[in-house]
Amino acid sequence: MTVTVDISHRLGDFGVDARFESAGRLTALFGPSGSGKTTLINLIAGLIRPDKGRIAVDGRVLVDTAAGIFVPKHKRRIGMVFQDARLFPHMSVASNLRYGRWFTPTAERYADFNAVVDLLGIGPLLERRPAKLSGGEKQRVAIGRALLASPKLLLMDEPLASLDDARKAEILPYIERLRDETKIPIVYVSHSVAEVARLASDVVVLAQGKVAAAGPTTAIMQRLDLLPAEERGEGGGVLDTAVLRHDEVFGMTVLGSAAGEIRVPLLAMPVGAPVRIRVRARDVMIATEQPTGLSALNILPGTIVAIEPGEGPAVEVAIDCNGATILARITEQSRQALKLRLGRKVFAVVKTVSFDRANTGAGLPVESDG
Amino acid sequence: MTWLLDLTPDEWNAVRLSIKVATVAMLFSLPPGILIALVLARGKFWGKTLLNGLVHLPLILPPVVTGYLLLLTFGRRGPAGAFLAEHFGIVFSFRWTGAALACGIMGFPLMVRAIRLSIEAVDRKMEAAAGTLGANPLLVFATITLPLILPGLIAGAILSFAKAMGEFGATITFVSNIPNETQTLPSAIYTFTQVPGGDEGALRLTLISIVISMAALVASEVLARRVGRRMDIE
Repeated sequence: MTVTVDISHRLGDFGVDARFESAGRLTALFGPSGSGKTTLINLIAGLIRPDKGRIAVDGRVLVDTAAGIFVPKHKRRIGMVFQDARLFPHMSVASNLRYGRWFTPTAERYADFNAVVDLLGIGPLLERRPAKLSGGEKQRVAIGRALLASPKLLLMDEPLASLDDARKAEILPYIERLRDETKIPIVYVSHSVAEVARLASDVVVLAQGKVAAAGPTTAIMQRLDLLPAEERGEGGGVLDTAVLRHDEVFGMTVLGSAAGEIRVPLLAMPVGAPVRIRVRARDVMIATEQPTGLSALNILPGTIVAIEPGEGPAVEVAIDCNGATILARITEQSRQALKLRLGRKVFAVVKTVSFDRANTGAGLPVESDG
Repeated sequence: MTWLLDLTPDEWNAVRLSIKVATVAMLFSLPPGILIALVLARGKFWGKTLLNGLVHLPLILPPVVTGYLLLLTFGRRGPAGAFLAEHFGIVFSFRWTGAALACGIMGFPLMVRAIRLSIEAVDRKMEAAAGTLGANPLLVFATITLPLILPGLIAGAILSFAKAMGEFGATITFVSNIPNETQTLPSAIYTFTQVPGGDEGALRLTLISIVISMAALVASEVLARRVGRRMDIE
């Protein structure tokens, strides 16, 4: 399953000129507001007709201006979850969910009503009216409605942006299940480093309507220069790990990663479960020798592979810990005092309590078929 | 109070005829009313202002002028009237159907206005969402737009009905005032006021007219509230 986009489109004095290809399970279109993410997703959904370009999903050409092809949105079989849910107010939740089914050819219906309702935990809501739902419930129903149209691709346009942190935490696991338990590829628009690092397998970074970078999440998240200034502290190394064991006495979970054991607050996940963690650059300290008498529990040996100037007094130091890259954001003064340079062996120090729900989530299962 | 219900057969006929004329006028205005409202609310084309003016013409013209124009167009020798009579056997002049046509046209601007406003209030993002779920534009209209504008449709229909119940000038000019054929309530009341001793009859019909109009208004309120509750729009 591959999504290919090569589009140029103008809207007033704003233009989108983007070209990317992604075969990921969940591709994030990432960028600040005004970078053209939503325009791009609307182009894929068929809500906007591009001035020029080509869009293909899994080999099926949806738009090719040169060949005069434009498949209307109702024939694309692309599900869309909008930021503002857009549930139909005159229908019950159940009718909303069943809406897309009417228009799906019988042979192409793969989504099972009960399975989707279970996946999203919306069974108790079926008889209710959309006006009687909370923001998080609305968004779950909207996801279910899109899924039940048996789409070939699912687009999500900042589905969490209008929710508070508690509601976000409520929905994130459902999106993880969606990513891991269904076969539908997802294109996910977001401006949040936390969401992208937690959910995405691949990231397309957009800036001013153009693709600034594209690649696997773990690689993109290390490039702090790609992140918007206010989110730069949120960036860092993204590690795919697995639960090794739980330490019930101290309320911790021990994760195994390439970099070594990492202790995080207790997770409600079975041993062996994949976990993706984001080690925020601002949470990482650097020691030049194995520290003793230190409260931090995670001390990971590694080698400095890059030093980049950061904002203000900060520099960003990339440490290769046995193949996993961890970023540390320290001051230039510390860098000079510790004489940090490329190739030097150091220890990355991360406090257990710096991991919270925003940067710890279910990891992507290991792909068996690539 | 018994004198109130002690109507002569002619008076009963006037009441029945009025309700029939108003109902037919309302029902037949609805499809073109929705279409024109849709075009005016959403269409972008040259001559939209002209169409809007044309629709509103019956509202600003003296009713007698509208009635006379109808007579010229839909009368037996009028271009449209002759064509319809010859090919479809539909005759308007001096028939109750003519009264319905006159009433429908007089109420048309009110109906279009109400429906147009409700169409303009529809969140088009809902329609876009329905499109991504696989519904073609016609089905989007039938399953999303139409239910969402239902309160406006009801309001427009009741306005058209009420206007038809009270229409006098255009009707009497176009189809005259023939008992049992084109004599609606207002025409009957007018006739009573023109003959000596007709006061009691005029008052009876006046009261009945008030009751019917009030009933229509209450019915529309109840209907609109029920629709509103069903939709639960925030």
